[in-house]
Amino acid sequence: MESDILVVDDSAAIRKILQRVLRQTGMAIRAIHEAGDGQEALELLKKQAVNLVLTDINMPKMDGIQLLAALKGSPLWRNIPVVMVTTEGGETKVGEAVRLGAAGYVRKPFTADQIKEKLAGILEPAVPV
Amino acid sequence: MNLQNLMVDFIRQATANVFSTMLGVELDTGEAFIENGTPEANDGVVSFIGLAGAWAGTGSVSCSPALACRICSVMLMMESTGVDEDVLDAVAELTNMIVGSVKNDLEPHLGTLGLSLPTVVFGRNFRTKSAGTTEWTVVRFRWEADVLVVKLCLSPSEKTHANCHMMGQTCALEV
Repeated sequence: MESDILVVDDSAAIRKILQRVLRQTGMAIRAIHEAGDGQEALELLKKQAVNLVLTDINMPKMDGIQLLAALKGSPLWRNIPVVMVTTEGGETKVGEAVRLGAAGYVRKPFTADQIKEKLAGILEPAVPV
Repeated sequence: MNLQNLMVDFIRQATANVFSTMLGVELDTGEAFIENGTPEANDGVVSFIGLAGAWAGTGSVSCSPALACRICSVMLMMESTGVDEDVLDAVAELTNMIVGSVKNDLEPHLGTLGLSLPTVVFGRNFRTKSAGTTEWTVVRFRWEADVLVVKLCLSPSEKTHANCHMMGQTCALEV
């Protein structure tokens, strides 16, 4: 099954890099959607079903922790795996994300292999092994 | 090791790691020094991020417009010939990763710190000043002919520093 992925980051540069890295992972991806903050992500999710959310933590309007809480608190979206991609390495925010049900955490700066490794087991490969 | 030496080490590690991971570039060690008073006038791109918590201050990354375009070109794998939104965004994100990594490394020594969103300035002949702070830890890196400057100023938030002394502890400022 091909997946729809939502990338949430206020940096257009990081969204572009993640688009490229995700296309290189060999995962079966149908489309990669983008949002600049948590609010925009929630608006997009009302119109578009996704199989995975990759989100930054520090963002304007609604940060990644608030977005994660909103997703895990919704009967419609609570099963979507959420991976945090962030510079935050402190116990406070990462610990909070784990407690709220984040499926994983990748620290910026990241390599393509780190993203691929984190998504293995969450998304299906393009060609079944 | 005193706080300034720690900051220099963490800036060197973080900058080298961000450049190597995101751009595939190995930087030199970087020349470190302390800057007092009002910094010199800038020409180019300067990106700032605020730090707040038991200690508060600012981290910044500055470079020429040509280097900013080069960073964007390599990072995003696209040709950048002039300072546009993509270039400013790439420098902002680079700053976020460098200062964010330094913040993570400093937290075991200084306590939890919060990070603001980055602000980027592009122009000619402008000066920057951080209110109340006169001393910056500066590391100047070379990428071939180009220069990238990473700066950090941090001072204890007043109440925390006072509490530290009232309790007879040695604060990180004096380690």
